[in-house]
Amino acid sequence: MSDAVSEPRLLDAGEAALVVEFGTTVDPAISDRVLALDDALGADPPAGLRERVPTYRSLMLHYDPLVLDRAALADRVRALVAGTATRAAATTLWTLPCCYDAPHGEDIAEVAERTGLAPDAVVSTHAGATYRVYMYGFAPGFAYLGGLPQALAVPRRASPRPPHPANAVVIGGGLAAVATVPMPTGWYVIGATPARLYAPERDPSFFVGAGDLIRFEPVDAATFDALRAREAAGEAVVRRWESR
Amino acid sequence: MAALVVEASGPGITLQDGGRHGYLRYGITAAGPMDPLMHATANRAAGNPLDATAVEVSTGGVTVTAAEGAVGLALVAPGFRVALDGAALPGAVALTLEPGRTLAVRAGDAGSWGYLAVSGRLDVAPVLGSTATHTRSALGGLDGRGLTAGDRLPVAEGRPGAATPHRLVVPWLERDARLIRVVLGPQDDYFAPDQIAAFLTGPWTVSPRGDRMACFLDGTPVKHAKGHDIVSDGVAMGAIQVPGNGLPIVLMADRQSTGGYPKIATVIGPDLGRLAQARGGARLAFRDVTVAEAVAARKAERDHLREPAAREPVVRTDFASDFLLRLNLVGGVTDGRA
Repeated sequence: MSDAVSEPRLLDAGEAALVVEFGTTVDPAISDRVLALDDALGADPPAGLRERVPTYRSLMLHYDPLVLDRAALADRVRALVAGTATRAAATTLWTLPCCYDAPHGEDIAEVAERTGLAPDAVVSTHAGATYRVYMYGFAPGFAYLGGLPQALAVPRRASPRPPHPANAVVIGGGLAAVATVPMPTGWYVIGATPARLYAPERDPSFFVGAGDLIRFEPVDAATFDALRAREAAGEAVVRRWESR
Repeated sequence: MAALVVEASGPGITLQDGGRHGYLRYGITAAGPMDPLMHATANRAAGNPLDATAVEVSTGGVTVTAAEGAVGLALVAPGFRVALDGAALPGAVALTLEPGRTLAVRAGDAGSWGYLAVSGRLDVAPVLGSTATHTRSALGGLDGRGLTAGDRLPVAEGRPGAATPHRLVVPWLERDARLIRVVLGPQDDYFAPDQIAAFLTGPWTVSPRGDRMACFLDGTPVKHAKGHDIVSDGVAMGAIQVPGNGLPIVLMADRQSTGGYPKIATVIGPDLGRLAQARGGARLAFRDVTVAEAVAARKAERDHLREPAAREPVVRTDFASDFLLRLNLVGGVTDGRA
């Protein structure tokens, strides 16, 4: 790795949160550094550290300033960054069944028109890629994925489309996502997964972590319905692989 | 088991504990009280842990009764109108609600939020470790929704409250919302110094369209130096984001966990509650403080919660609250005699 890797910027978000900013862009190398620090702090969290929120380009640390001093936290962060500049490549790959057929892939025709691809090519391109979970945000279990092929890089809609069902597989703005909670969206809905990345009553409620890899496996509508029924009965239909 | 029964409820009345912590990294908002100091004060007065589940009362107002036993409680809602069977009580009061009696809390001349804590434990199943209600994602509280008439809130491990109503002496809740302290950043470098100065000076007017998610401010728009789009990063409670129209939005308890607008400053923890209590039309400005100053303010706040609030017996009157309120409204009785 380059010795030109810059020090992260430490930015205060009030007196109870510290932002460790490694960059300002969406970039797997920046994400690696974010997740390396996230892992290191998670392995041995200082008392008073309440939450770690990895994002594309920064790690937000929520802390109790009456327990954990800002300067002590900053020192800890700098030491860990110096010692763990890189992160081992992701070892966890999840395969999510995905139905691109009607009624799930509502916006595929629109994406085909905007990209110049045939609808089948939209599906095969999306299903042919491996995605990286950059972060969760926006809504419970809403997973922002990188790795969308350039051919599918359509801008987000100027104004939101009507609400989609739970667990929609969406693309927009050069990114992909799994949108767990029904809501209006500026993204394009190209499919749905019967797997629930987020299920508050399940233990664990979440199993896919930031930094993990995801692939989508096309299934037809009948298979989707069968898998969704199994998922509703408490079974997890996502498959986990150790990629190496 | 004794229970608190909701006889009537306006919009925006929810159950809140200290918040749902540990899941922000999965996009789960903490929720929790809009005014953490007032919530903790009510719990302390009721003899509970500071982060216990309490009813957060909005200006929508709520009416409760007790069923299957008396319920000891502490209500901290300064500025609200409070009545027990029609007799006016102070806005901050400890009492025992006997079955058959009715406690009504209505918006008064000040304040947006109040807290009703029972002496004991509101027996509500936690979701992801917390009972805090986040209505936008339908999590926590009662099925993730606000309270409605007919809801029954069982009180486990109930303890008797004050035999007669007692006023709670809570001077630390007499807070001024005209000057709100902030720590600049994390994206203050997206704004030129003169715009940061203009942001601090304001004045800003609190928009009436605020809710548990955000407080919207009206005033002279703040100009961005480097555009208004950033790659999403984490959002703290109190973060002040400035979207494209230049009008600041303070993100509150029900905020999203991440966001894509530059955040010019962050309201310090001790001032979140006073901002939350400001009503639409209130005017305010900001003052920037250091992290150390903000931590000192937190320590001072914590000291108010070491002991339960002092109590004074309420001098009972036989006047119905409607009659008292009419007296208050007249204010011309004196003039009439002059």
